[in-house]
Amino acid sequence: MLAVEMRGITKRFGNFAANDGIDLLVEKGEIHCLLGENGAGKTTLMNILFGLYRADEGVLKINGESVTGHSARKAFQMGLGMVHQHFMLVDALTVWENVVVGNEPGKFAIDRKDSIRRVQEISDRYHFDLNVTEKVSELSVGMKQRVEILKTLYRGAEIIIFDEPTAVLSPPEVLQLLDIFRDMKKQGKTIIFITHKLNETKAVSDHVTVLRAGKSLETVATADVTVDSLASMMVGHDVSLELQREPSRPGETVLELKNVRLLPNAQSTVSMEIREGEIVGIAGVEGNGQKQLEELILGFQKCREGSIYMMGDDVTRWSTRKRCGKGIGYIPSDRHQRAILPGFSIQDNYLLGNQFSPEYVKNGMIRRKFLHERTLELMKAYDVRAVDEKQSAGSLSGGNQQKMVLSREVGKDTRFVLACQPVRGLDIGAIRYIHEILLDLKKKGKGILLISAELTDILQLSDRIAVLYKGEILAMRKNEDYTTDSIGLLMAGQKGGQ
Amino acid sequence: MEQVKERRWIPLVNNLVVSAAAVLLSLVLSAVIMAIVGYSPAAAFSAMLQGAFGSANSIANTLGKSVPLIFVGLACAFTNKGGIFNIGCEGQLYMGAFTAAITAIALQGMPRMAVILLSFGAGMLGGALVGGFNGLLKAKMQINEVIVAIMLNYIMKFFTSYWVNGPLQEEGSMIAQTASVGEENMLTKLIPKTQLTTALWIALAAAVIMYFFFARTRMGYNIRAVGENALAAQASGVAMSSTIVLTMAVSGAIAGLTGVTEVFGKTGKFVDGFSPGYGFTGIAVAVLGRNNPFGVVLSALLFGIMEAGSMKMSYVAGVSTSMINVMQGLVILFVATPNLVKFLNIGKGGK
Repeated sequence: MLAVEMRGITKRFGNFAANDGIDLLVEKGEIHCLLGENGAGKTTLMNILFGLYRADEGVLKINGESVTGHSARKAFQMGLGMVHQHFMLVDALTVWENVVVGNEPGKFAIDRKDSIRRVQEISDRYHFDLNVTEKVSELSVGMKQRVEILKTLYRGAEIIIFDEPTAVLSPPEVLQLLDIFRDMKKQGKTIIFITHKLNETKAVSDHVTVLRAGKSLETVATADVTVDSLASMMVGHDVSLELQREPSRPGETVLELKNVRLLPNAQSTVSMEIREGEIVGIAGVEGNGQKQLEELILGFQKCREGSIYMMGDDVTRWSTRKRCGKGIGYIPSDRHQRAILPGFSIQDNYLLGNQFSPEYVKNGMIRRKFLHERTLELMKAYDVRAVDEKQSAGSLSGGNQQKMVLSREVGKDTRFVLACQPVRGLDIGAIRYIHEILLDLKKKGKGILLISAELTDILQLSDRIAVLYKGEILAMRKNEDYTTDSIGLLMAGQKGGQ
Repeated sequence: MEQVKERRWIPLVNNLVVSAAAVLLSLVLSAVIMAIVGYSPAAAFSAMLQGAFGSANSIANTLGKSVPLIFVGLACAFTNKGGIFNIGCEGQLYMGAFTAAITAIALQGMPRMAVILLSFGAGMLGGALVGGFNGLLKAKMQINEVIVAIMLNYIMKFFTSYWVNGPLQEEGSMIAQTASVGEENMLTKLIPKTQLTTALWIALAAAVIMYFFFARTRMGYNIRAVGENALAAQASGVAMSSTIVLTMAVSGAIAGLTGVTEVFGKTGKFVDGFSPGYGFTGIAVAVLGRNNPFGVVLSALLFGIMEAGSMKMSYVAGVSTSMINVMQGLVILFVATPNLVKFLNIGKGGK
């Protein structure tokens, strides 16, 4: 019996086929992985399944029933549920309130007792370990995710789609989530698990469908494939994930933090220094002070406690403008918010952050010719693919926007580079390319602070690693002094992870 | 490749098409309204065109009516580029006109060129101070610029009104106005006995300067960057508060010029309540012109044509001059809802 049957699904946006004849067959009661790089068409396909987009071609059947005139409303009725990457919860409400909202039991007033009982019962059945009268704002990220799952279960979903659910979790939380998957499967639910992480795919799924460039490859039984073969199916050619990292030769200190408080309720302050010719990695699950660290260094936030030094100068009270004058190559974690002017041409985007450099602007007048040449040079060197330099930056693909930002920041003559989540949203090929660039910068003697939620990034690139948890540095050691396990435990806040 | 290559022209062409379509739609709809009420749209439009273009003098007056709209439209477009909404042009232009007029009166007897330059400078400064103050409150205290601007409009209007109703009222005059800035100090008329003066050249020059300012200078780039994405601009080292204050001050200076050229081109003195709401029409002009300086000139001309033709329309075709307000309102409605235009499938090439 097939829970979901999608055959020959094609969806075009203009001339671009996001889905090109995709087949997806999901059996009832299995865990089915949808594996693919960013841009492979996973999200589009799921939006079609969920009735948010209409396919241009193809057949869609849910529980053997052919679906026409599909809508999100109908999807709910047919027993589909989706757990989004970004939670849709009201922090100020309790768990049960979040779960029943929109479907409250009781005729006129909400039947509070009955609601709590029903929600708690579902939670217990799947061993969610939740107290449903607790406020959502009190919960950890992993627990909030369970509330999201609870919402779909409460509405009677039989087929549940998880969109990249592990991206926001610490390694131990990931394991717990996979256990929940197995539990749900045992109780007869069908799970579609969207991911680009190979280990998780291998660990939990029954079948895997790999998507590549909008097309589906054949569906395979997970037991028959290895992680390496999945990787090459996903990318389309063999990939080596190993990188050569040269030993660091640290020079002068480029950035130093002294007793800086990242989060108001952190138990201790943070001190560290980054020297020329080394990469210092900040490991940790997102939301443990990474954003604050980034903003404090750039001066978007006022530093209320402690001091910050750049190349020997105390910049604690300096404006962003003045700090930029010191020379910072800055790859922000949120590139759309902090690094891109979407309506401007690519060329004008290359001016951003360089407009105070005498090379680019002389006597207040932009040197158009220099800017033009430099733009073409950097676009070529970093393979930014566009029609031409006058195309608007907003119309570039995510990967190309990333390369544009990276080449601009790296192209600056600075001694310090702050790289925040530099590989977020990129495919394996692009990730490798960015890794190489960062290692090359280190070789050239720049000091790099790397903040990344991807543990593999941190382990492959960093000379020294600090683990950030709830605004504190739990450990700051040489890369060699960690194991994957010990760093995973530290990321989950267990100081004993030796 | 060929196909994609066209893309970069699309924004520009698209803007033009959307604006033109909006104008067209509003004319059609106005015609329908007039027909329903029982007037002949054909007669009304031809009377309007007669009024605007019927003779050399009427063309000159049409241009004369467009001049303040160019200035005030540029002022609004300037802040719009920087992502700020300047609804305070009305107050700024009153202040500009007032400071220019009293400067000129104080400088009576000095050479004409000196009087003009200093008065223009004073007028721009007056507008810039009002606008800059507004920007300062926004930048330093995060007070919404719109609310402050609306308040300032009243304050400026009544502040100037007080002076010309009291201490600075022209001697022996029953009208609330200052003494004359001096016949010899007025801007030169391009066509005698009309309202068209060299202010037109100043307005066009302002449009050209503004174009280059945004395309070529660091300051212009910074302002545009703040308007496009303030967080990214900040991260690149643009000082936010000073940029906001500067944007509002320059806009205020341009708005001030609106008032100055009215005094030196038309009335010859500061007259209480002289502006028929230029400051607000300017917002519409900027929107229709899509904040492009040359687009602003074109849309100011269109509004000028409507204003100039309205009188003739009213006494020839019997249609009330208020119909012009209806037309202008419709234009803005259509421009502000580009999706409607796209829906009607006039603006091809949109997403």
